[in-house]
Amino acid sequence: MMAATLPVDRSERRFWWLVAGGGLLLAIGLGAAWYMEHHGHIVTGMSNEVVWGTPHVFAIFLIVAASGVLNIASMASVFGQAHYKPWSRLSGVLSVAMLAGGLMVLMLDLGRPERMVVAATHYNPTSVFAWNVLLYSGMFAAVLVYLWMQLERRMNRYAKAAGVAVLIWRFVLTTGTGLIFAFLVARQAYASAVLPPLFIVMSLAWGMAVFVLARAAVGGETDADLLRRMRNLLGLLVALVLYFMAVYHLTNLYFAKQTAFERFILLDGGAYPWIFWIGYVLIGSIVPMVLVSRATATARTLRVAAALTIVGAFAALYVFIIGGQAFPLEIFPDYEVTSSFRDGAIAAYAPSVPEVLLGLGGVAAAFLISVVGMQVFDIVPARAVEAD
Amino acid sequence: MTRGDRHRCAWALAAALVAWTVCAPARAEGSRVPLPSIKVDRSTQCVAPPDVMRRSHMEMLKHRRDKTVHQGIRGGDESLKQCLSCHADKTSGAAIGAPDAFCQSCHDYAGVKLDCFDCHQGRPGVQAKLNEAPR
Amino acid sequence: MSDRETPVSRRTLLAGAAAALAGVTLAPGIRLIEVAQAAAEPGKAVSSKVRWGLLIDVGRCVEGCNECVLACNRENGLEGGTRPTDSQWIRIVELKDRRTGRKAQAPVMCQHCANPPCVDVCPTGASFKRADGIVLVDRHTCIGCRYCMMACPYKARSFVHEPLTQQKPDVPRGKGCVESCNLCVHKIDRGDGTTACAEACPTRAILFGDLNDPQSAISRRISEVRTTQLRADLGLDTGVRYTGL
Repeated sequence: MMAATLPVDRSERRFWWLVAGGGLLLAIGLGAAWYMEHHGHIVTGMSNEVVWGTPHVFAIFLIVAASGVLNIASMASVFGQAHYKPWSRLSGVLSVAMLAGGLMVLMLDLGRPERMVVAATHYNPTSVFAWNVLLYSGMFAAVLVYLWMQLERRMNRYAKAAGVAVLIWRFVLTTGTGLIFAFLVARQAYASAVLPPLFIVMSLAWGMAVFVLARAAVGGETDADLLRRMRNLLGLLVALVLYFMAVYHLTNLYFAKQTAFERFILLDGGAYPWIFWIGYVLIGSIVPMVLVSRATATARTLRVAAALTIVGAFAALYVFIIGGQAFPLEIFPDYEVTSSFRDGAIAAYAPSVPEVLLGLGGVAAAFLISVVGMQVFDIVPARAVEAD
Repeated sequence: MTRGDRHRCAWALAAALVAWTVCAPARAEGSRVPLPSIKVDRSTQCVAPPDVMRRSHMEMLKHRRDKTVHQGIRGGDESLKQCLSCHADKTSGAAIGAPDAFCQSCHDYAGVKLDCFDCHQGRPGVQAKLNEAPR
Repeated sequence: MSDRETPVSRRTLLAGAAAALAGVTLAPGIRLIEVAQAAAEPGKAVSSKVRWGLLIDVGRCVEGCNECVLACNRENGLEGGTRPTDSQWIRIVELKDRRTGRKAQAPVMCQHCANPPCVDVCPTGASFKRADGIVLVDRHTCIGCRYCMMACPYKARSFVHEPLTQQKPDVPRGKGCVESCNLCVHKIDRGDGTTACAEACPTRAILFGDLNDPQSAISRRISEVRTTQLRADLGLDTGVRYTGL
């Protein structure tokens, strides 16, 4: 049964414009990936110092948010919260879409993307990346099974079990994403056990923000009770991320050997302190928390808060991933060092056009999958559409 | 004829037109990829007879390269340089880079990407130019 | 002259001199055979009986000299550029003591750890440690994810950012793969018994040898002087040791 209340139906021209727009952005992203692969990474801003750049910022946002957006489904199926039940299928589709988009960006950014088959057939059991190949493909399967349990009426009674499986799987997966960085023993920016929990709460906050925006885009109605719940949840999750971020930086500041790095990120590292304090802390955390905590907050306020949370997410990831690499490795702690390989020097990095286009291509892929998925499957709740 | 029939006819015609256009290069006179022409000195025996090599050279290469890289077993039959010492073209000195070069000729015909020479030197005996590193 | 009257007969003298001469001529050859046998024999796999390493005497490294870097570039076909995207397998690091201002310099390359972080993180197992201790990248399996570059404490690895055409036949390297110092594995395997940097150093500040052989020059030197490992706090048991730091 087709959901009668989709904001745009496939018989309408607007739907095809959306698909065309998303398709164009995706094609441009794929073209950027081809350009990078053909000419080598010299055409990007990445170097031997900053080896993971803007594509990784996009990809990790998409992957972490993909895990977190399933929180809606978990609240519905596992914790039995009736208010979110109609939205659990959309949450599943958004998750699959963003996971696909994020993985697409990661795989296309490889030095040798044509060796995907090698990555799928050669496993080093100590490598988090190798675990991730299994965890991410398993995640796809788990979410698709979960969607099936919900979409097919006679399987509905298994939806809770599938939901529990998905919940456990996404916690393992997001912990794995945090461990990618936590296992880097030599880098001052990483090598911290607080990273996996930080990534878990980031996933919850960013997933919630994406859900709020997606729900608004498909015309979810503005029931006051649900609005209050979503406001409180977003505010709480953003606060939790801020807490873990504070713990991470405060513990780093305590160690004498980490102080130089913290000064760089928080105080005098050029663009990075600005992006951190203004982009993440102010715009991405404090303003959204203030917005959602006001009693007069409307659905529109919630949407603005969600959008700002996402801006903050990109800022946080940019500082974490790129700022973390820009700071030089401490190989000779007793000495000041210089070399032809930029030992001791802050690395320069600026996002390049192909990198940004590739990242946006991943977002476009997620968008397309969501839009088409909503048309093809009965995902959006059948309720009257009300504008705010 | 219903409107649905007319739509289906239109789609079929469009598909046929596209297919006909796409096949144009193949239909053109003398445009087929030329059969491989290999010039090689057959006076010495290669690793295995030519028909075995044609089918299984990639399998052989995969196993030998693992032995070389992981176990350090080099030289003789294990060495890509050894293959190139015979199979590189006598004039150009390369096994790639020209349509009739040894490796490229068959790989073009079979439509299989040649990955090896992204890293391996296809011209034996080439010395790399060195830019003096400024201090 | 009577042979019976001198304490050492001429025959004995001649025989002794001949024996000594033979010993002096053959002895270096015997050392070389030892090293060559430790290197891979044709058809025989390398074994963990040997552990290759380097000892770098920082005191002997002359300010302003970079012969080791030039030799490495020549041997391995590196372009020698120093842009942020250029590969450097070895570099000279200029050191200035934070407290005293004393200056020194030392070459830094892949440390060939016994517990390499780069090997732990590589998803495909392309970054691996050979039985004889050399850590290198199998470029047939490398997918270019650069995770090993993130993991290396010594910034030893480089990524090839452009298509290459001027590779040395003995040193295959290409766009999209990660690479680093491999202790001149092609030279070791053919029995040269040393690396390009060690060979080229005019003050012999770089000593190459078998860390597992207590009689090798490097082992004897390590037992005589105080040596350190870079980032010893990480517990990686590096194959490259420094003295004079």
